[in-house]
Amino acid sequence: MAKITSLTVHETLDGLKNKEFTALELAKAYLAAMEEKRALNAYVLETAETALAQAEESARRYRDGTARALEGIPLGIKDLFCTKGIRTTACSHILDGFVPPYESTVTANLFAAGAVCLGKLNMDEFAMGGSNETSYYGPAVNPWQEEKKLVPGGSSGGSAAAVAANICAAATGTDTGGSIRQPAAFCGVAGIKPTYGRCSRYGIVAFASSLDQAGPIAKDVRDCALLLNVMAGYDAKDSTSVKTETPDFTKALGQSVKGLKVGVPAEYRPTGLNAEIAACWDKGIKILREAGAEVVEISLPHTRYALPVYYIIAPAEASSNLARYDGLRYGLRVPGEHLDNMYVNSRTAGFGVEVKRRIMVGTYVLSAGYYDAYYLKAQKVRRLIRDDFVRAFNDCDVILTPTSPTTAFPIGDAQMKENPINMWLNDVFTVSVNLAGLPGMSLPAGLSANGLPLGLQLIGRAFDEETMFKAAAVLEKEIGFERLK
Amino acid sequence: MAIDRQTVSRTAFLSRLKIDDDKIDAAENEFNKILNWVEQLNEVNTDDVAPLTAVNENALVCREDKVTEGGQADEILANAPMAEYGYFVVPKVVE
Amino acid sequence: MIITGKEHNWEIVCGLEIHCQIISEAKIFSGASTRFGADANENVSFVDAGMPGMLPVLNGYCVHQAVKTGLGLRAKINNYSEFSRKNYFYADMPTGYQITQFLYPIVGEGVVTVDLDDGSSKDIRIERMHIEQDAGKSIHDIDPNKTFIDLNRAGVGLMEIVTKPDFRSPEEAGAFLRKLRSILRYLGTCDGNMDEGSMRCDINVSVRPEGSDELRTRCEMKNVNSVKFVMQAIENEARRHVEVYENGGSIEQETRRFDPATGLTKALRKKEFAHDYRYFPEPDLPPLVLSDEYIRKVADELPELPDAKKARFVDKLGLTKYDASVICENKEVADFFEKAAAGHDAKKVANWLMGDFFAMLKRKNINIEESPVTAENLGALVELIEKNVISGKIAKDVFEIMSETGDSPAKIVEEKGLKQVTDAGAIEAIVDRVIAENQDKVGAYKGGKTGLMGWFVGQVIKESKGKANPQVVNSLLAEKLN
Repeated sequence: MAKITSLTVHETLDGLKNKEFTALELAKAYLAAMEEKRALNAYVLETAETALAQAEESARRYRDGTARALEGIPLGIKDLFCTKGIRTTACSHILDGFVPPYESTVTANLFAAGAVCLGKLNMDEFAMGGSNETSYYGPAVNPWQEEKKLVPGGSSGGSAAAVAANICAAATGTDTGGSIRQPAAFCGVAGIKPTYGRCSRYGIVAFASSLDQAGPIAKDVRDCALLLNVMAGYDAKDSTSVKTETPDFTKALGQSVKGLKVGVPAEYRPTGLNAEIAACWDKGIKILREAGAEVVEISLPHTRYALPVYYIIAPAEASSNLARYDGLRYGLRVPGEHLDNMYVNSRTAGFGVEVKRRIMVGTYVLSAGYYDAYYLKAQKVRRLIRDDFVRAFNDCDVILTPTSPTTAFPIGDAQMKENPINMWLNDVFTVSVNLAGLPGMSLPAGLSANGLPLGLQLIGRAFDEETMFKAAAVLEKEIGFERLK
Repeated sequence: MAIDRQTVSRTAFLSRLKIDDDKIDAAENEFNKILNWVEQLNEVNTDDVAPLTAVNENALVCREDKVTEGGQADEILANAPMAEYGYFVVPKVVE
Repeated sequence: MIITGKEHNWEIVCGLEIHCQIISEAKIFSGASTRFGADANENVSFVDAGMPGMLPVLNGYCVHQAVKTGLGLRAKINNYSEFSRKNYFYADMPTGYQITQFLYPIVGEGVVTVDLDDGSSKDIRIERMHIEQDAGKSIHDIDPNKTFIDLNRAGVGLMEIVTKPDFRSPEEAGAFLRKLRSILRYLGTCDGNMDEGSMRCDINVSVRPEGSDELRTRCEMKNVNSVKFVMQAIENEARRHVEVYENGGSIEQETRRFDPATGLTKALRKKEFAHDYRYFPEPDLPPLVLSDEYIRKVADELPELPDAKKARFVDKLGLTKYDASVICENKEVADFFEKAAAGHDAKKVANWLMGDFFAMLKRKNINIEESPVTAENLGALVELIEKNVISGKIAKDVFEIMSETGDSPAKIVEEKGLKQVTDAGAIEAIVDRVIAENQDKVGAYKGGKTGLMGWFVGQVIKESKGKANPQVVNSLLAEKLN
């Protein structure tokens, strides 16, 4: 038998139900694996005590026959989720030692379904970054090539690395511009950013409120569906969460895609697109066509403006959301003679370079005299980007694209360091989905010549994750991607 | 729209961030690179386009007028770098 | 008010922004209590403290209160409004931004009619009203080197009412604030207590040559906390502007502080960089959409407001405009009056209310709700006078007893035997006695000193211990002396 930590969530649930192993044995196996793989720097906090206590309760429930949907499943939690009584820092120095007296709705849902908390996962500081290198705790490492030290992607880099390395059964992530999908692609795992409003944002440290969404990163498509079933749902504590039924997403798996219209946007194939990525995309198109789907060419003409729109709107919202980190009520305080000195000292010492850069950009684009030229302009183009998708979905049911223009790159890559915009370009295929509020998912689609995972992205209509799941399951089955064991 | 040192300093002030004097030039340079890049949006005609703030058109759902929280000063203050007599404490505010 | 200048006269141009604390149980975006006087930071939710990941949820009752207020200001209620963030760092603003409304306020243009001392009235136009959250409190006087922060008030709902620059004198502004307070109290949407900070006033003042319609640079004075101070601040600031202009200077747009001790305004220390609030739509809250039906339902709940009540008291009850306006300023007084006047001579009840009754409240330093004299008893007292059971003079004594014991006037009159004597026989005996004992005065009267009649009447009433009916006394004396 394979190691129990290599199992998917649904396989693990079967094993627990069939008493092949207990929840406590499972948790201990993961804790041991975590210790063994500390060099990946995927966890910024391990919560063994909590995990063992929860696992014991799960073991009891299996014995009593009162097991819940995710009973005993050991999860890693992105450090952006506030966890009651467990240090939460968003991997920022400015939240040093912050222990929330409350639990995020998404993690509360997961734990109420029996999930076990293994610890808090590494990420880019305040989810700002695409490589996990902006973390105050240093980057997590992509498990696919440990000796070469590649990035796991970001911002949910720790989540993707941990899932790929089998040091959690699945993980939570958040996605503001691609932060679930891009690291999932880099690490050869599956990840879904649900429709904006599907999951509650309550208790998730805010980056860009109109774009942030929580979602799962998991070993396969079915696991994503199982986790999203539990994470999603209307929450009166988040006014942007939408009152709608959460379907059982697993029901979409295994359904035929016969007659399904799959949109392929011309604009996502710019000249110079990496040949391996283009080939991987073609393979995906071919699989769906052969499975009976109809492939239609669509146009998303404003997609090319998605990045600049995103890098105005996200920093603008972030500059405001991060104003609360002032050294007054929690986190890092660097003293100053007067209040204003304390603010400046704490924030200057507490935020990293990328976060400060975005706060500055965000402050500037909202300031008097520039608001119309930047922020308002970006909001208008945002509408055009959304309208592109609305039009495209008249002609198709789901859209297939690559997840990222590159594979995982080395930590400390010179080109990425030279100009922040180079790093931002990694989000080119993912940001428009956030701007339009649509669901998007990445699944592993193969390996590059040098053995690195490639990802395919599916984009669905708002609140139609099911069609996405349906197509993803077909692709996954045909691709037969081999996970790290 | 190229921005100057003064604007960089003012933006840093509004952000309550300090940029060391010897780093302002670099910041100005980087800032201008970013602004130049986002200004490609000017190519797009948005004359009759309404700005988009909320992607979902769900109505605002209101809460009832009920007291459901409070009486938790201990938890409110638990993470405070400095608290005395139930208050948060900061260096003197200069008006 | 016109300020006399060297070459020409000057006119005041003033607008007000009034922050009114919404009456509600819970805060506008959280479930913490709005109660005043709790221990520090006890009425604070994680949302109010600006904890990471916390989100605002709008209190529907605060919306209801705002719509009610808008209707009371005869203003347009906007079906669509939006929340915005106003960004600035301050110790008692935990999130670093205030959730307010900017481009799309919940209430649009309206009007408030104010009554001026000369009997005229003037319409003050309302520019807009929006809802927002209050800040916490910084306490500077506990320690010389530290500031203490209490967030109990952070997140309490406020309505900010902005007027057009329609005030031409401090008196108009004072009358407006009193009228506004009266409307808010009638509506039950704000208690209007300026001294407790539940109504706070920002003042914008400029001046211009009389007759001109230019708008010159204005100065702002924030958080002035009494009607008297508002009036003082306007007058003194306007005089300062005139002085600066007449000395060839110019006024800089700035925020100034009103010092209640001196009555003067002082420029605040200039900051290196001015504020830039960077307003943008609050992404945590979808737009607020109100249906016409919702607005109609709130309108149906509206009580009779001071203007309507005043008009009714004048038209239906025959009060003078002045009396009606005094009585209607305060809803409790108006309600008390209506109860007291029911079935009685309303004008006489009004006289009693505004005379002896108000004097009694003032002497005892109590509110009308605490008055020992009930509305019914005040009405009953007037009725006893009307029915000639007691004289007006005796009534004053009865009222004194009522205000001590709270007893009904009928009971007092009965117990103390104060009933007026109208029996001509009984009075005649006194009249005869007085005439017999004062023959010298009778002679003088008959000799032409007819003015002595009043003395005779007084004597008879005095002998009767005030109980003799003056009319009967008059006619008997006239009969016997002539």
